[in-house]
Amino acid sequence: MSTTVALRSLIKRYGSFTAVDDIFLDVPEGQLVALLGPSGCGKTTTLRMIGGFVEADAGSILIGGRDVTRLPPAKRNIGFGFQSYALFPHMSIAQNVAFGLEMRRLPRAEIASRVARALDRVRLSAMADRLPKQLSGGQQQRVSLARALVIEPSVLLLDEPLSNLDAQLRGEMKLEIRQIQKAMGITTIFVTHDQDEALSIADRIVVMRAGRIEQDGSPEAVFGAPRSRFVAEFMGVTNLLPGTVEGPGTFRLADGNAIRVPVAGAGRGAMVLAIRPERVRITPSGADTAPDTLDAEIEAATYRGLSVEYRLRTPSGLCLTARRATPATGGPAMLEPGARVHVAVPPDACHFVPVEF
Amino acid sequence: MSRAGIRWTYGTILGAVLAFIVLPLVVIVWVSFFANRILAFPASGYTLDWYARALDTDAFRDGFVTSVETALFATAASLALGVPASLGLVRGRFPGRDAVQALLLAPMVVPGIVGGAALFIAFIEVEALLDIQVAGTLGGLLVAHTLIALPWTVRLVSASLASADRAIEEAAASLGAAPLTVLRRVTLPAIRPAIVAAALFSFVISFIDLEKSIFLVGPGRTTLQIALVNYLEWNLDGTVAAVAAVQILIVGTALLVSDRYARLVQAF
Repeated sequence: MSTTVALRSLIKRYGSFTAVDDIFLDVPEGQLVALLGPSGCGKTTTLRMIGGFVEADAGSILIGGRDVTRLPPAKRNIGFGFQSYALFPHMSIAQNVAFGLEMRRLPRAEIASRVARALDRVRLSAMADRLPKQLSGGQQQRVSLARALVIEPSVLLLDEPLSNLDAQLRGEMKLEIRQIQKAMGITTIFVTHDQDEALSIADRIVVMRAGRIEQDGSPEAVFGAPRSRFVAEFMGVTNLLPGTVEGPGTFRLADGNAIRVPVAGAGRGAMVLAIRPERVRITPSGADTAPDTLDAEIEAATYRGLSVEYRLRTPSGLCLTARRATPATGGPAMLEPGARVHVAVPPDACHFVPVEF
Repeated sequence: MSRAGIRWTYGTILGAVLAFIVLPLVVIVWVSFFANRILAFPASGYTLDWYARALDTDAFRDGFVTSVETALFATAASLALGVPASLGLVRGRFPGRDAVQALLLAPMVVPGIVGGAALFIAFIEVEALLDIQVAGTLGGLLVAHTLIALPWTVRLVSASLASADRAIEEAAASLGAAPLTVLRRVTLPAIRPAIVAAALFSFVISFIDLEKSIFLVGPGRTTLQIALVNYLEWNLDGTVAAVAAVQILIVGTALLVSDRYARLVQAF
């Protein structure tokens, strides 16, 4: 039933602009893959090419080993979830869900029973005879999902399924999508610009930028070990400090300060040190002056409820971000702008990405 | 000026403009029931005789039938040509598309009687060229009425198509629908209100036409508008008011119903 998806050297150009630049991707059966990236990175174009709505300029798309590159969407046996849900406004919910089954010329009785089951699975059986405009955004989203899944497609393609929902609904829906996907074991590719969405439900994250794949790995790999400055920044690593690896275990920053770093994995020569704001430890000046600390002043403090974010500046002009728990979540007392602190970076929190020109 | 004063001023201006438009119509309907032998105020009594008389007059009866038949044909032809044309204009991408659109909308831009005269002259030229009768034939009249109804269909349906959600068509395709099926089950139903409005508007435009018909009817044929104009040359009695009142009813109803299907404002 469910199958693999393979993209080989996929290219799409619009005039002189290359939207999708030679993409190579293999998705095994039953996997939930997130195409993650900022707008314009080519993730939606890629998805729409897999769906058949955009014609590839070069390369091929294989679904279950079958080359579908030149086939129209109707012949690819895919289920597509649109960002705007794209429900047929003049048909009832039940008729919407039944549409794909009617196209497959199934007997009326079977269509009725499959539609009933599909609506039941997304808990909308009571709405079967309503029109789309009578439903809320979240409900429309569920109908869109039911409609795409009822035909039991080989692949489920979702285009930013959650971006039109409010925060709470988003949280509920993403878990529901994941649940259904896992229960059906259906290969799913979904596009999002929200790293939180990708991290919480995907088996695998493909980070895209300017039409190319920047990093492809598990959520832990992409989050904990970003391989480029772009991925690091996209995943929330706000401290990116250029410098040079000077011998084993020492990294000299641009302002002359040296930081102790893990020996392994540091590479040679000029690198960029990547540290999550959550791992930067700050202590008010005057407390124990541990070695390997930098002196800094707090420039700004942003309260975020669960955490507070401090912007720090060293006398040499280096800018760092630190984030820690607020008193409400068990953290220490908050610091004011202007306070002087010691900044420490635990070696195991240090990560390196290449310098980019 | 105070806020209440501003509202009052706008209200008065609005009321005056509405009165200017609606009053003549109201007066005509009212006068159609007067018993006076010639249109005059005040009413000497009330009667339905003028309506009976209108029904009895050959010119009005024949004119009414011709006008309705012509309008029905113009509606059908305008839809048959205009809906596919709109699909092509909004969805298609071909060289000269803007020119084609301008051409299809052109009859709207040309003032009524100028258009009528131009069509007449064009028909004469065609007659000279092809040695067939055009001007003064029923065919010629139908072509002319279709021409004036067509831009309205194109405008109304195009506006609806342009603002329609393309994604629903992609959704239908992704669910296995072939292109013609998508058209039949998704695209056209989604723009149905605009098509209904276009049909009603085409009917009205054709029904009320005078400037084209007057050049093109030919001997022995007349439309309701032409019959009215001819009658007024020699008579000024309640019959005219009765015919006009019936027209106001028909056209007014058609416009009101059409407005429920598509916001006519979009077409302007």
